[in-house]
Amino acid sequence: MAVTDSLSRAASTLAAVLLLSFGSVAASHIEDQAEQFFRSGHTNNWAVLVCTSRFWFNYRHVANTLSVYRSVKRLGIPDSHIVLMLADDMACNPRNPKPATVFSHKNMELNVYGDDVEVDYRSYEVTVENFLRVLTGRIPPSTPRSKRLLSDDRSNILIYMTGHGGNGFLKFQDSEEITNIELADAFEQMWQKRRYNELLFIIDTCQGASMYERFYSPNIMALASSQVGEDSLSHQPDPAIGVHLMDRYTFYVLEFLEEINPASQTNMNDLFQVCPKSLCVSTPGHRTDLFQRDPKNVLITDFFGSVRKVEITTETIKLQQDSEIMESSYKEDQMDEELMEPLKYAEQLPVAQIIHQKPKLKDWHPPGGFILGLWALIIMVFFKTYGIKHMKFIF
Amino acid sequence: MTSDSCGPSSRLYLAAPDQLGLLSSGCGATCLPPGRCTAGPTLLGAAPSGLPNPLTSCRLHQHRPPSSRPLLWARAPSALDMRAGASVSGTGSAGERGSPGLTGAACGHRGGDWRRERVRRWERVRSRAALPRHGPPVGPGSPARARPPRAAPQRAAVVRTGLGEAGTRGPWTRAAGGPMRGPHRGPGPLQLLAPLRLLAPFRSCPLEALRISGPGLALGSGVPMQDSGFSVLSYVAGIAWFLALVFPPLTQRTYMSENAMGSTMVEEQFAGGDRARAFARDFAAHRKKSGALPVAWLERTMRSVGLEVYTQSFSRKLPFPDETHERYVLGEWGVPGPRKHLEGGMVSGTNVYGILRAPRAASTESLVLTVPCGSDSTNSQAVGLLLALAAHFRGQIYWAKDIIFLVTEHDLLGTEAWLEAYHDVNVTGMQSSPLQGRAGAIQAAVALELSSDVVTSLDVAVEGLNGQLPNLDLLNLFQTFCQKGGLLCTLQGKLQPQDWTSLDGPLQGLQTLLLMVLRQASGRPHGSHGLFLRYRVEALTLRGINSFRQYKYDLVAVGKALEGMFRKLNHLLERLHQSFFLYLLPGLSRFVSIGLYMPAVGFLLLVLGLKALELWMQLHEAGMGLEEPGGAPGPSVPLPPSQGVGLASLVAPLLISQAMGLALYVLPVLGQHVATQHFPVAEAEAVVLTLLAIYAAGLALPHNTHRVVSTQAPDRGWMALKLVALIYLALQLGCIALTNFSLGFLLATSMVPAAALAKPHGPRTLYAALLVLTSPAAMLLGSLFLWRELQEAPLSLAEGWQLFLAALAQGVLEHHTYGALLFPLLSLGLYPCWLLFWNVLFWK
Repeated sequence: MAVTDSLSRAASTLAAVLLLSFGSVAASHIEDQAEQFFRSGHTNNWAVLVCTSRFWFNYRHVANTLSVYRSVKRLGIPDSHIVLMLADDMACNPRNPKPATVFSHKNMELNVYGDDVEVDYRSYEVTVENFLRVLTGRIPPSTPRSKRLLSDDRSNILIYMTGHGGNGFLKFQDSEEITNIELADAFEQMWQKRRYNELLFIIDTCQGASMYERFYSPNIMALASSQVGEDSLSHQPDPAIGVHLMDRYTFYVLEFLEEINPASQTNMNDLFQVCPKSLCVSTPGHRTDLFQRDPKNVLITDFFGSVRKVEITTETIKLQQDSEIMESSYKEDQMDEELMEPLKYAEQLPVAQIIHQKPKLKDWHPPGGFILGLWALIIMVFFKTYGIKHMKFIF
Repeated sequence: MTSDSCGPSSRLYLAAPDQLGLLSSGCGATCLPPGRCTAGPTLLGAAPSGLPNPLTSCRLHQHRPPSSRPLLWARAPSALDMRAGASVSGTGSAGERGSPGLTGAACGHRGGDWRRERVRRWERVRSRAALPRHGPPVGPGSPARARPPRAAPQRAAVVRTGLGEAGTRGPWTRAAGGPMRGPHRGPGPLQLLAPLRLLAPFRSCPLEALRISGPGLALGSGVPMQDSGFSVLSYVAGIAWFLALVFPPLTQRTYMSENAMGSTMVEEQFAGGDRARAFARDFAAHRKKSGALPVAWLERTMRSVGLEVYTQSFSRKLPFPDETHERYVLGEWGVPGPRKHLEGGMVSGTNVYGILRAPRAASTESLVLTVPCGSDSTNSQAVGLLLALAAHFRGQIYWAKDIIFLVTEHDLLGTEAWLEAYHDVNVTGMQSSPLQGRAGAIQAAVALELSSDVVTSLDVAVEGLNGQLPNLDLLNLFQTFCQKGGLLCTLQGKLQPQDWTSLDGPLQGLQTLLLMVLRQASGRPHGSHGLFLRYRVEALTLRGINSFRQYKYDLVAVGKALEGMFRKLNHLLERLHQSFFLYLLPGLSRFVSIGLYMPAVGFLLLVLGLKALELWMQLHEAGMGLEEPGGAPGPSVPLPPSQGVGLASLVAPLLISQAMGLALYVLPVLGQHVATQHFPVAEAEAVVLTLLAIYAAGLALPHNTHRVVSTQAPDRGWMALKLVALIYLALQLGCIALTNFSLGFLLATSMVPAAALAKPHGPRTLYAALLVLTSPAAMLLGSLFLWRELQEAPLSLAEGWQLFLAALAQGVLEHHTYGALLFPLLSLGLYPCWLLFWNVLFWK
């Protein structure tokens, strides 16, 4: 009963084999479903979660990071695929009235520290260098696997950062900072080294939007808690603990993620609206121009979870060639024609335009000739007045 | 009469900017008739071009035989003016405005002192007219020659340039004349000022100088008057700036800079009011029973609330050991303080302290809550609250720093002993037993003084030893918890003005600011926090005030504020360093930063600088005159044996006044026993009276130095002495203002005018009165009156005198016990300096 055709040779993935084993009669809606099935080209998920600030009064940044950690772990990314960087240990800080806990909600409603936290980079290991090495994979051979980002070109990576930032930088540890250009270059290097398939970058810091505006590598979607010139604000003041427990943006992201389960069909557009200005006070921003799929087709679980897709069907589905699938998906996404060309690294996007998207205004300065002339005039008037012979009385 | 003719001329020049030596027109626009402009050269064409600028007045008299100088001073200027006018107006055109002599006299009618210089100048000009030239020749066509008379642009420039140059023109103008004198002279020190000579644009045309000598010199001699005008302006600007500090652009709202203490978001759970009152009752009872600090009871109680308890015993020999010293020991509010337990001048006592160890942190940092206990029953409520807080803190697990609860005996003496032992130093000669328990570096300290179960307000004191202040963030912390708890908090005992936009707020702030300035200037530790500041421990004192207000707070409210402060301080990760260390406070929520208040004292010191510069110029030119080559033909002057202002004439007064200062510093304490043997006084009285006696004896100084100093050059002698004194004073005040702005500003305000005015001519009685009124001791007396006036507790004259004596004793005592620097500063620095001015005033 099974009819094999030439397409079966082209199908190489296990999922495709599974699908193809079911009959040749492929209704059009089944085809659609199959396309949905293949809409994200990733096979594995990674998460790099970074808290860059120390000190007790930055409790909220640790809570931010731990709350994202809690969510991705709950949605299926194992500790081996999470690189968690925490610059300070709030749970064991002597100032913590509730030892061994980190709460994200006041009145001790949600302990994001949990029972099982695996911190890969802690306290003074959280540096710009280590962070960039983790991203780019340029790591000493002795580094244990738990401290590596062992992703490949089929990996969807979630990168979450929080800390104190400014326009174009994020402070690490009170002693150094990473700039948005360095970050953009690191992502480009990751792309060139085929270390990701798609990348979701979320940052919760003041002027967070400045951190993603220099990105120029493809397949990056970026979210930030605030626009350039805005502060991100804290939330959940807890008098018993004596500090703010979370930042507003991550607090609402966490509330949103708590509703997600592995089968949820919630897409990225919902994530964009998770914290309106009325709640956040700051204006969260996002950037999708580098991303090649429509955000509405991107499931939250594509990044926040590690969801193995299994669809059981009795129909036989004819799969198109890889290239055709790509083509059709691009048409669906109404991409430009030039993107249909085989992707070339680094040139595929108008890098120069992106880098120079905001030409800096130069401060007006009087022309040099004008100043020179002014001096000449002063000197001329002087000599006209006093004569050259008085020079010796001046010097 | 002719002053009218001078007035319009200056206005004319004001309207014609090109008159600043640029053009040859307008020479008739001064007091001189225009005809002389052309007549001059023909008349006096033989004059050497090296002749000085007529404005360079002081140089001239050097060329006369020294013997003639006093005569010249005494000579009536009018006659000379007549002669000057007559010789100048050779062409007969002078008649246009009446007699030339009258013209000169009128235009020169600026001040008695300058008139005689004008006379000398004229003599000099006449004598030099026959000299061969020394300097570069000035041809008939030289641009300088065609310039208007000196006086005219001089005045114009003064009018035109306004503040910046007007005051400085005089000296520099004279300086510019110096190097032109001839090739024989080496470069003078003023050539360092070479670029500034641009400000002296009118190089002398000797011919015109001669021609216009009478009125020109007269006008030129007005420049120093402009100097003093500028000095007055600068002084007024300094005072005005200080008064303006309380107005909102200069005074700013305080804000918390430290991230770790960012908000008041902590939960105060202290509820031990009853416990605190019980502790306080027990403490008071035990103290009454034992008559001293109940050490054993304190130890037992502290141990029972779970602290590590240690004691420290100390003893200190006071510099003047007599029970009468208590008469002079000031309490905090200026009333005689509690009696101390003194046996033969020895004070001994015991400090008790308990350490609450942070449960989960290493003992590397600590906070201190301290209660100073005198020997009477005050402050027992503070001890009670301290113990109750200790019990409450012991139950919390969030401490990251150890907390030291310290009860000291003998108020600040105990605190000093404990601090010295804690930091293992001995700076004041305190004998004490070493500390058995320590708790790391002290990050902050709060001293508490409470004498009643309820308070109506909390007063905060920040001024510490030698005017040191804690970091402003500590005060901000207190202020935020005051607001959170709804407590009524005061600064300098003054309620906080709410409305800073109208005039009332700033005026009220000005009172607070003045009180703070007075207290900071006194250099006393105003509470035991003041001693912590020396060890770079941020500290302040909270005083519970129980007045007649209706609404009262109990110990729980105070305890909650303290708990909140300690919890926030516990969050600190570094020493307090983010906010200001140097500030003035017109209110609890307003401050003036150092960048904004320093100009006030800068303006005052500028007066001294200007005066010194002026004197320097005069002296310099006098010196230049002496270096005139003896080989030159003509009326060359026999050189005086020395510069006249040689070291010898300066060393003696300097040494004598320094010695007086040293005597003032050393003798009172050293000679108290001698004094008590020979006079029916107690030691403390002996010290104070010796102090006053030596101080007054210093006023006899001029007569002593007069014999020592050779009187070869009387005029330059006092000038040089005054110059040195001015620089000395300016340096001292500058240094003091940098470390203790309040003291520097108060001293500058009082001493600068008298110092600038002092000279041996003119109304000497007036100057003497002014100088005495602004001497350091009179200043202290005045400050005491002002202080009590601002506190709305005015003093009668007798009370004021008693308080003055008390303050003197207190100053000496605090220098010896705590290392307060006000007494040595005044006795070793400012008093000798002031004596120098006294010396100048009575120079013969």
